[in-house]
Amino acid sequence: MFRPPRGGSPVRATLAAGAAAVALALSGCAGAGAVGGGEGEQIVVAIVSNPQMQDAISLQDVFRAAHPGVDVRFVSLPENEARAKITASVATGGGEFDVVMISNYETPMWAENGWIENLQPYIDATEGYDADDFVPSVREALSYEDDMYSVPFYGESSFLAYRADLFEEAGLEMPERPTWDDVRELAGELNDPAQDFSGICLRGLAGWGEVMAPMSTAINTFGGGWFDEDWNATLDTPESREAIETYIDTVQSFGQPGAATSGFGDCLTRFAQGQSAMWYDATSMVSTVEDPASSTVAGKVGYAPAPVADTESAGWLYSWSLAIPSTSEHKDAAWDFVSWMTNKEYIELVGEEIGWERVPPGSRLSTYEIPEYAEVSQAYADATLDSMNGATQDSAMTHPVPYPGIQFVGIPEFQDLGTRVGQQMSAAIAGQVPVDEAIAQSQRYADTVAETYRAQEEQ
Amino acid sequence: MSTSTIDRLEGSRRAARAAASERAVSRAEGWRRRGPLLPALIFTIIVTQLPFLVTIWYSLRSQNLLRPGEDIFVGLSNYLDIAADSTFRQTALNSVVITLGCVLVAMVLGIVLALLLDRPFAGRSVARTMLITPFLVMPVASSVLWSVALLNPTYGLLNWTLGLVGIEAVDWTSTYPIVAILMALVWQWTPFMMLLVLAGLQAQPKDVLEAASVDGAGPWRTFTSITLPHLRRYIELGVLLGVIYVVNTFDQIYLMTAGGPGTASANLPFYIYQRAFLGFDIGQAAAMGVVVVIATIIVASAALRLIFRSFEVKE
Amino acid sequence: MSDVTRTSRGRATGGVLTTLTWLLALAFFFPVAWMAATAFKQENQAASDPPTWFFAPTLDQFRAVIEGGSGTYVANSAIATGVSTVLVLLLGIPAAYALSIRPVEKVSDVLFFFISTKMLPVVAVIVPIYVVAGQLKVLDNIWTLVVLYTAMNLPIAVWMMRSFFLEVPGEVLEAASVDGAGLMRTLRSVLMPMVAPGIAATALICVIFAWNEFFFALNLTASRAATVPVLIVSTMTSEGLFLARLCAAALLASLPVIIAGWVAQKQLVRGLSMGAIK
Repeated sequence: MFRPPRGGSPVRATLAAGAAAVALALSGCAGAGAVGGGEGEQIVVAIVSNPQMQDAISLQDVFRAAHPGVDVRFVSLPENEARAKITASVATGGGEFDVVMISNYETPMWAENGWIENLQPYIDATEGYDADDFVPSVREALSYEDDMYSVPFYGESSFLAYRADLFEEAGLEMPERPTWDDVRELAGELNDPAQDFSGICLRGLAGWGEVMAPMSTAINTFGGGWFDEDWNATLDTPESREAIETYIDTVQSFGQPGAATSGFGDCLTRFAQGQSAMWYDATSMVSTVEDPASSTVAGKVGYAPAPVADTESAGWLYSWSLAIPSTSEHKDAAWDFVSWMTNKEYIELVGEEIGWERVPPGSRLSTYEIPEYAEVSQAYADATLDSMNGATQDSAMTHPVPYPGIQFVGIPEFQDLGTRVGQQMSAAIAGQVPVDEAIAQSQRYADTVAETYRAQEEQ
Repeated sequence: MSTSTIDRLEGSRRAARAAASERAVSRAEGWRRRGPLLPALIFTIIVTQLPFLVTIWYSLRSQNLLRPGEDIFVGLSNYLDIAADSTFRQTALNSVVITLGCVLVAMVLGIVLALLLDRPFAGRSVARTMLITPFLVMPVASSVLWSVALLNPTYGLLNWTLGLVGIEAVDWTSTYPIVAILMALVWQWTPFMMLLVLAGLQAQPKDVLEAASVDGAGPWRTFTSITLPHLRRYIELGVLLGVIYVVNTFDQIYLMTAGGPGTASANLPFYIYQRAFLGFDIGQAAAMGVVVVIATIIVASAALRLIFRSFEVKE
Repeated sequence: MSDVTRTSRGRATGGVLTTLTWLLALAFFFPVAWMAATAFKQENQAASDPPTWFFAPTLDQFRAVIEGGSGTYVANSAIATGVSTVLVLLLGIPAAYALSIRPVEKVSDVLFFFISTKMLPVVAVIVPIYVVAGQLKVLDNIWTLVVLYTAMNLPIAVWMMRSFFLEVPGEVLEAASVDGAGLMRTLRSVLMPMVAPGIAATALICVIFAWNEFFFALNLTASRAATVPVLIVSTMTSEGLFLARLCAAALLASLPVIIAGWVAQKQLVRGLSMGAIK
C-alpha cells in the first residue's frame, strides 16, 4: 500500500498516498450529507443529554412528519459540556445554534443582554399553546419584564427519595418533614459498605449544577447563604459552615463510593440499581427511577420533602427550558420545534409512545390531570408539585438575599464561582483538602466576586 | 536494517552542499529557492501566529464574555492576578508531574519491551503488533475506556482484579486522579517509546556486539557499555518528542477526571480551557496562555538544541 | 562449563523471556480486547460486578451507534482528515524541497520556526480562533477544521519529508540535470519516486493525528461539522447505563487508525520520529 508503483508517475504516487488517506478515513462510511444541508430549512438544537431529552431525540420523526420543511439536527452533550458550548456560542454570537437548552439561571440575564429572543409574541400567536398552563413558579422564573424568554421542557425541585421497602423491612419510618439530622441517622442505620450498599447518595461532582445544587439548599436551610443583603460573602459564617460540614460528613460517612466524581447521572444509576437506601436530588429523577425498564426499584420508592434545618422547606427550583438565540436565522422554524417539544401534545406523545412514567414532569399543570399520568405518578405527583410550589426564597431561606435563585446565585459570575467553589467542595469530599481549607478558599473566591457588587452599591 | 540519520549523511554530500552554499546565491536564485517554501510558511504564520498576537492583545484587557460592554484596557493586571493564583501554580506543577511522569515511565517500560522484542522468537511480529495497538487507539476512546471500563469504582476491571488478591476497591479517579491519568497516558505512550528504542536496537552494528561477546563481556556489561550509549540518541529523541506531545494533554483529563476532584488533576491546558470556556474570563485565560507560551519557549529552546543535534540540522 | 549446559541454560532463559514478552504483550493489548468484548455485550452485562466473561455476543450496540446518525460524523472526519492531509502534502512537499535539495538561506531558523509552532499550547489560541471564526460565520464548518488540521500537521510533515529528501543522493539529481532534464521533469521522474514511501509515511502520520484530534473539534463544531471523537463524547449521556454502546462507538472510531497502523508499522516508526529514524 505504501510502496510507490514501480515506474509509475510521481504525481500518481502522490495522489495514491492522498487517496489512501482519504480511503482510510472513509472506511465504512455511509457518506451522509455532511457539508451543506438537505432541502428546506435546517435548524440546530443544542440540548443536555438527560433521559427526557434523549426521548425527544428519539421522537424527532414525529416532528419531521408534521414539519417536512424543517430539518432538525441535534447536539446533545452532558450537562457541563453542553453549558460551556451553549454559553460560548450565545455570548459570542457564534450562531451555531437555532435552539438552545438553558435554564432559569441563564434566562433573565441573557434576556437582559439581548442574546435570546422574546418568545412572548410567538407564544401569543400560537393557538392552543396555553402558556398559562405552565407551573407558575417556573413561568415566573423564565420571564424577564413579564415576557417569557424561554419555555420549560421540564421543571424540577428537589426531594428525598427513599426505599420504602427497605425502610419497612428495617422498621424505620421516614418523617413527614425530615431534617438533616434525621437523614444522617437513617443513612447510618442502612449503610452497608461491605455489600456495596450506601445509606445515601449525594452529588459530589464539581460544578455549580452538580454538587453545589443540593449543597446550596443545605446552606440555605441552615441559615447560611452565598451572600448577605449587603453583598458580603457568607460561605464561612457558622451557619454556612455547619451546613457544608454536615453535607460533606454525610456523604463521606454514609455516601456512595466515588462520591467526589458522581453527579446526577451516577447517582441515578446507583439508586436505580438498588445500591442506595436514600437519594436527595432532583424531582425529575422519577422518570427513570419509576421506569421498570431502566430501574430495579420502580414502585419500591417513597418520596419525602427536601431535608431541612431551620426553614420550612428547602427544595430548589430548576427548569430546563428552550430558548432561541437572537443570532438564529431560522427563528420561525426554531419556534416550530420549540413549541412542538413543550406543548401539551408532546406530553401525550411521550406517554403513549414511550411510557407515562417518562413524561417530562413539572412543566405544565395539565400534565398532572391526565388520568394515565396520575395513575403512574401517584407516589410522587403531590411530592413534586408541593416541592415546586414551596421552592421560593421566602420559604427556603432564613433571610433575604440580593440575588435571584435558590440553589444558584443569579449573577453572570456565578457559573464560574459556583464551579470553583464546587471544585473545592468536591476536593474536600474526596479528602484531598481539609474542609476548613475548602471553605476558606471558597470564601475568598466569593469575596472577589462580591467586591464588584459592593462597589456598584456604593455608587 | 535501519540506520539513523545521525550516521546517514555521507561525506561527499556534505562537501557538495557546503560548496553550494558558499557560492554566493544570486538574488533571483534566492527567490527561486524561497518560492516553494513560501506557501507553507505564510500559511503557518497566518494560522498559528496571528491568533497568538490577538491572544496577547486580549491578555491586556479585562473582558468577561458574560458581562457584555465591559471591555477595558487593564495593562498587566491580568498577569498580576495569575502571579497570585495558587491554582495556576498547582496546575503548572501538575503539568510537570504528568508530563515527566508519563514520559519517564513510558520510556523505561519502552526500553524493557524493546529489549524483549529484539530477540528472535516465534510470533514476534504478532507480539509487536499487540504492543503497538494502545498507541493507535483514539485518545478520546482510550480515555473513556480507562475511566469507565477499567477504573470505575463499582464495576471497573482493575478493582475486580485487585479484589482477587485481596486489595480493597480503590476509587482511582477521585482518590489518585493523577495516577489514573498517568495509567492511561503511560499505556498510550509506551508503545511509542518502544518503537523508537527498538529501531535503535536494530540499528546497532552486530559486529561490535559479537566482538564484545568474544571478548567475554557478559550481557549486562554489553548492555551498559555498548547498547545503552548507542541508544542514547534514540532515548533523547523519544523523551523530547514525548514531552512535546504529552505536555499538551487535554483529552484524558477532560474525559477522565475533568481536572478534579477540585483542580487536583488539572494541567495548564485544561485549566486555561476552563478559564476560557467556563469562566469566560477572556483576559485572564489569554494572559495564562501567554505565560505558558513564554515558559514553553524557554524550555523548548533548550530542548530544540538537543533535537537539532539528533537530526543533525546544519546551516 | 560444557557447551551443552550453556546451551540448555540459554534456552531456559530464552523461554522465560519469551513468556514474559507474551505476558506483557497480552497485558498491553488487554484493554483493547476488553473494549472490543464489551462492545458485543448487552448493557447490563457491560456494567456488572463481577465482570461478565461469558456472554452471547450481540450486534445491538453497533447497530445503535450506526443507526444513531453516525454517518455525518464519519463523513466529517473523513473530509477533515483526507482534505487536510492532501493540503499538508501540497504545501509541505515544496517546502521540504526548499529546505533540503535546493536549500534557502537560514534553513535551521525556518525549521526552528516550524517545530516551535508544535510546542505552543493550542489552548492559548483557542479563544481568538473561536471569536474570529464566529465573526466570519465559519463555526461548525468542516473547512475550519480542515484549515486548522493542515496547520497542525504541516510542521511535522515538513520535518519528516525534509529528512526523506536529504536521503536522495545528490549525484542522482545532478545526473538528471546534466542530462538536460528540466527542473519539473527532474522532480517528477527522479525525485518523487524515490521519496514516495516517505510521503506515504508522512500521510499516515497526518491521518492519525487528524482523525484523532479532539480539542478543536470539541470547541469549534456543533452538529454539521462534528467529527467522530465528538460522537464518542455525545454517546456519554447522563443516562447511566451506556458502557457497551460507548465501547462500540469507541471501537468503531479507533478501528481505521488501528488497522492502518498495523498494516504500515514500518512507516509508523519513521513517521513518529519525524523522519529521524529509518
